[in-house]
Amino acid sequence: MKIKNLSMTLAALGLAFSAQSSFAGSTLDAVKKKDVIACGVSTGLAGFSQKDEKGNWSGLDVDVCRGVAAAVLGDASKVQYKPLTAKERFLALQSGEVDLLSRNTTWTHTRDTSLGLNFAGVVYYDGAGFMVSNKLGVKSATELDGANACIQAGTSTELAIADYFRENKMNYKAITFDTADQTRAGFESGRCDFLVSDQSQLYSLRIGLKNPSGAIVLPEVISKEPLGPVVRQNDDEWFNVVKWVVNASIEGEFQGVTSANATDLRKNGKPGQKRLLGSEGDLGQKLGLSADWAYQVIKQVGNYSESFERNVGQGSPMKIARGLNAQWNKGGILYSPAMR
Amino acid sequence: MFSTKTTEQLKLETRPSSTGAKSFYNNPKYRAWIYQSFLLIFLVGFFYTIVSNTLDNMAAQGIKSGFSFLDSSAGFDVLMSLLPFETTDSYFKIFVIGILNTILVSAIGIIFSTLLGFIFGIAYFSHNYLIRSISIIYVEVFRNIPVILQVIFWYTVFNSLPIARESINIGDAVFLNVTGLYLPQLVGEAGSGFVYGAIVMAIIAVFCIKKWAHKRQDASGEQFPVLWSSIAVLVLLPLLALLVSGVPFHFDYPALKGFNFRGGITVIPELMSLAVALSIYTGAFIAEAVRAGVQSVPQGQTEAARSVGLKESKIMSLIIVPQAMRVITPMLNSEYQSLVKNTTIATAIGYPELFTVFAGSALNQVGQAVEIMFMTLAIYFALNMFISFVMNHFNKRTELTTR
Repeated sequence: MKIKNLSMTLAALGLAFSAQSSFAGSTLDAVKKKDVIACGVSTGLAGFSQKDEKGNWSGLDVDVCRGVAAAVLGDASKVQYKPLTAKERFLALQSGEVDLLSRNTTWTHTRDTSLGLNFAGVVYYDGAGFMVSNKLGVKSATELDGANACIQAGTSTELAIADYFRENKMNYKAITFDTADQTRAGFESGRCDFLVSDQSQLYSLRIGLKNPSGAIVLPEVISKEPLGPVVRQNDDEWFNVVKWVVNASIEGEFQGVTSANATDLRKNGKPGQKRLLGSEGDLGQKLGLSADWAYQVIKQVGNYSESFERNVGQGSPMKIARGLNAQWNKGGILYSPAMR
Repeated sequence: MFSTKTTEQLKLETRPSSTGAKSFYNNPKYRAWIYQSFLLIFLVGFFYTIVSNTLDNMAAQGIKSGFSFLDSSAGFDVLMSLLPFETTDSYFKIFVIGILNTILVSAIGIIFSTLLGFIFGIAYFSHNYLIRSISIIYVEVFRNIPVILQVIFWYTVFNSLPIARESINIGDAVFLNVTGLYLPQLVGEAGSGFVYGAIVMAIIAVFCIKKWAHKRQDASGEQFPVLWSSIAVLVLLPLLALLVSGVPFHFDYPALKGFNFRGGITVIPELMSLAVALSIYTGAFIAEAVRAGVQSVPQGQTEAARSVGLKESKIMSLIIVPQAMRVITPMLNSEYQSLVKNTTIATAIGYPELFTVFAGSALNQVGQAVEIMFMTLAIYFALNMFISFVMNHFNKRTELTTR
């Protein structure tokens, strides 16, 4: 930020090159001013972020973008989607090209501490797994010694698989691709014997295969992959907004607030529901948002359960069970901090 | 002419020598020096501002900086490496592997694009209609299609080969499938050094024959069949050594074990696609450079060569091409540099060269874009400076020597 002594002599010119970091600490203001949220999503991953024929984006990750837009701007459709490859995503966020990165990104220690980024929560608890062709007759990942692996470049899976094979004293060859589609095409052509990715992605990639029943997902889960939205570090205001939008959606499910009954519960609900929906208390004001922020999120996007079932659960072709992603009192580990 | 002075000069001379005219800032020598130091200060300040600003901003955003990451373990696999590699090796090793892979594909590309370029460039002047047409079609087709499409085209071709278990099998020694081309590897046993020595001897002998033949021709005008005698020496000498030492070699054949072929030499399809595409693409441009070079040699040279009784086949190699090289070499230089830069297209198909593996995978795991990009830029810069250096040296030798 500071202009060094030497460049003082070239003040006029120096200033031109020191015009930076305008985003530090003011993403919320900037977003309100331009009236749209730039949201980094994947280049196309069924259930998480994908574009239909009409150009509409949908998915669990997309719902985070929509939720934040609903909370901040009052309209879930005020999102400008920026499809990013795994390799581009962090640079796009660091440089300010996107305000929010919601792109099935694993929360790791290194990313949280050295990239100048903050993870604002977890929207899907995942783990890396394997998909193999039926033809190989492989029943367990331990039989994969000497095989070729199709992996998306720049993912945490790239590291997880190296650890797994080292641990089990097996060899593999990594064939890396830039996008999920290329990875799948590589797997289909037989360039690699198995595809390694987050389990959720495996199901979504499997649907995209020419012959989905020709491939199976192996039982092994080899790593922890908590996926969540990411924001820039040093902007606590915006960090809080995204964090609590995620929590509001989880809390909405816990409190039984859905897009269908939100309007009714706002007037006639229990105290906790009213506080969440903004008819009591000042939770919205504390975030720098309007009082009905969480009401807008749940009304326009739905609570976590609605979002999950619609995109990856029973309402989708993927039919993934809630598993770890159920509420804490229903066998899962979803738990929103207290909404008060 | 020099004695007639302009009115301007006369004015200057007649002007009384005031301090203004003689002061140091009117002295062109000092003035140039002052302006240049201003420019230098400006440039230093400019880059200093950019660098310090970037570092300050990164610190403000909490992004790590520095080169300490190079020592830490990378923890991911690289598809192809010319050095032994473990997933526990450091990022620096990844950097080196990336550079070597870039150099490998560049070298293959340069060799084959030059061959293709010269073949098709000279074929353009063929009197045979078919050969000439093929040359024109080659240049026009491959020069006009974006290189990334060509890379992906060849990648698709290699990707539609049969799977490993249904490989195309050539005599149980060479296998071709979607995971690559598998070749038998020649492994030397004890005593193989004798054969290697014979090969070196043969090469030295060829140079000696060439020099001796040249001298003899200068002295007596008699020609010696250098080509045929060289081939004879190159084949017979190692063959003799091989027989005397009792053939101290065996082949390591690739064989299907488990999922894939093991043993022998593996050429991955990513390398093949990239090398084929770059060779053909750059070859088309080199063919044009060769054509331009040949056309720059006046028709009179050919006629003169004929009139001194040179054979048609010798006119091209002895008269036309050496003169054409003066025009071709500078163009070759930029084509080679383009080829090296175009290797970065590998990222589309995942060939692990520097840009894909270091500025791609490593960058994504470490997140230190400024350092990694700087190192990557520096390497491409150095590689191209090296090509430029070699080609300029070569250019000096082919330049028209004027006395």
